Amino acid sequence: MTAEAKKEYEVIIIGGGPAGLSAGIYTSRARLSSLLIEMGVVGGRIADAELVENYPGFTEGISGTELGQLMQKQAAKYGLNIVTAEVTGLELKKDKKMVKTTKGDFNAKAVIIASGSERGKLNIPGENELAGRGVSYCATCDAPFFKEKPVAVVGGGNAAISEALHLAKFASKVIVIHRRNQLRATRIMEEKARAETRIEFLWDTVVEKIEGKDAVRRLKLRQVKTGKQSTLDTTGVFVSVGLKPSTDFLKGVLPLDKDGFIITNDQMETKIPGIFAAGDIRQHSPRQAITAAGDGATAAIFAEKFLEPIASATPISKV
Amino acid sequence: MSKPIEVDDTSFEKQVLESELPVLVDFWAPWCRPCLMAAPVLEELATEYAGKITFAKLDVDQNAQVAAKYNIMAIPNLIIFKEGKPASQIVGYKPKEELKKDLDAILK
Repeated sequence: MTAEAKKEYEVIIIGGGPAGLSAGIYTSRARLSSLLIEMGVVGGRIADAELVENYPGFTEGISGTELGQLMQKQAAKYGLNIVTAEVTGLELKKDKKMVKTTKGDFNAKAVIIASGSERGKLNIPGENELAGRGVSYCATCDAPFFKEKPVAVVGGGNAAISEALHLAKFASKVIVIHRRNQLRATRIMEEKARAETRIEFLWDTVVEKIEGKDAVRRLKLRQVKTGKQSTLDTTGVFVSVGLKPSTDFLKGVLPLDKDGFIITNDQMETKIPGIFAAGDIRQHSPRQAITAAGDGATAAIFAEKFLEPIASATPISKV
Repeated sequence: MSKPIEVDDTSFEKQVLESELPVLVDFWAPWCRPCLMAAPVLEELATEYAGKITFAKLDVDQNAQVAAKYNIMAIPNLIIFKEGKPASQIVGYKPKEELKKDLDAILK
C-alpha cells in the first residue's frame, strides 16, 4: 500500500481531499484498480476547518480532520490504494498516462485530477520578510502564539471568518480587514463573527505594507473608497485571501484558465480524453466539501464509462 | 530507518547546540495539521541524510523556553542549527524536493 505500490492502474486519482476520496470510493466500488496519490495527509483543505457544519448527514457538525479520515476509511474499505508522494509531472503516452511522483512513476488509463488549491498571498512588502514572525497563513496552527495579543485577519470569505472565530479564543482582539463593504462568508458565519465581542471589522480596506523589524509591529492600510491611509498596530496578521490552484505540474500538458484552474465540461472531462478534474481545481468551483465530493463521484462515473470501450473495443473499419 | 529524535527544553543544549553534526529541529505542535503532514517527509529525510544531518523535533506546546528563545510564532517551523547557531530556517509546509535543496545547501 505504500512504497511497494504497483505501477499500473486503471485509474489514478491525484489529491486526497473530498473530491479525490469520493472519486476513489466510486472507482473502487466499480472494481477498477485505483491508486490515490496524496502529498500530505488526507482530507485536503477541509481538514483545516475546525468544524464543518454544512456537510449533510452530520447534524451536530464534524471536525474537518475527522471528516477526511472517515472518507479515507470508507474508500480503503473498498480497496482504494493510497500512496504518499508529491506529483511532479503528467505525461501522455499512446494509450496511457504517466503520473510522475517523488516515489516513482505510475501509469493509468484514466486520471482524475483533484489536487485542489492552496492559500493565496497578499504580495505586499513585508509579507515574505515577516513570514513566521507574525505573518501567518494558518490560524489553527499559530493562534496559540498570540494569546491576549491583538491580531488582524485579511479576507472576507468563509475561511477568513472561520480563522477569525478561532483566533478570538486566544487573541485579545481580532480585526478583520476586508477590501469590500460586506463579507463573502455565509450569513450564519457572519452572524457568529458579529456576536463575538473580540472581533471587529475594517471595511473597504486593503493592507499595503506589513512593517516590523524582527516581528510584525504594524500594518499600513488604505481605505479603497477614500484613498485615505492609516496604520494599525498588531503583532499578528493572518492572511486568508483567495486560493491558488495546485496545477504547476500540469503546465504545458493541460489547458488551464488564466488563473491556473482546469476547465471541464459537466462530466468533469478536460480537453484530453481520459483526464478528468474534480473539486476546487476546476474553474468556477464553489469550493465546498460537498460540491467537491459530488465532482469526484461524477468524474469517477465518467472515468468508468471512458474505460469501458478500451476493454472491448475493436477498431471500426472505414468504408 | 532512522527517526527524528525528540528534544525538549532540558536536552536542547546538549542534543542540538553541542552537536557535531548539523541538526534540523522541527518545531511542531499536536494541533497543527501541516506539522503532521511534514512529519512523514522528515522521517524519510532523516533516513536519507543519516550520518550527515541529525533530525530532531520539539513540541512547542510542552517546551515554551526554546520556542520563545528562537521567536517561534508560526509552525511548522524548521531551523537547521550548525555549530550551535541557526543557519537556515524554513517556515510553513514545504514539499520534500524543496527541503532537500535547503539541506544540500547546508552541507556544502
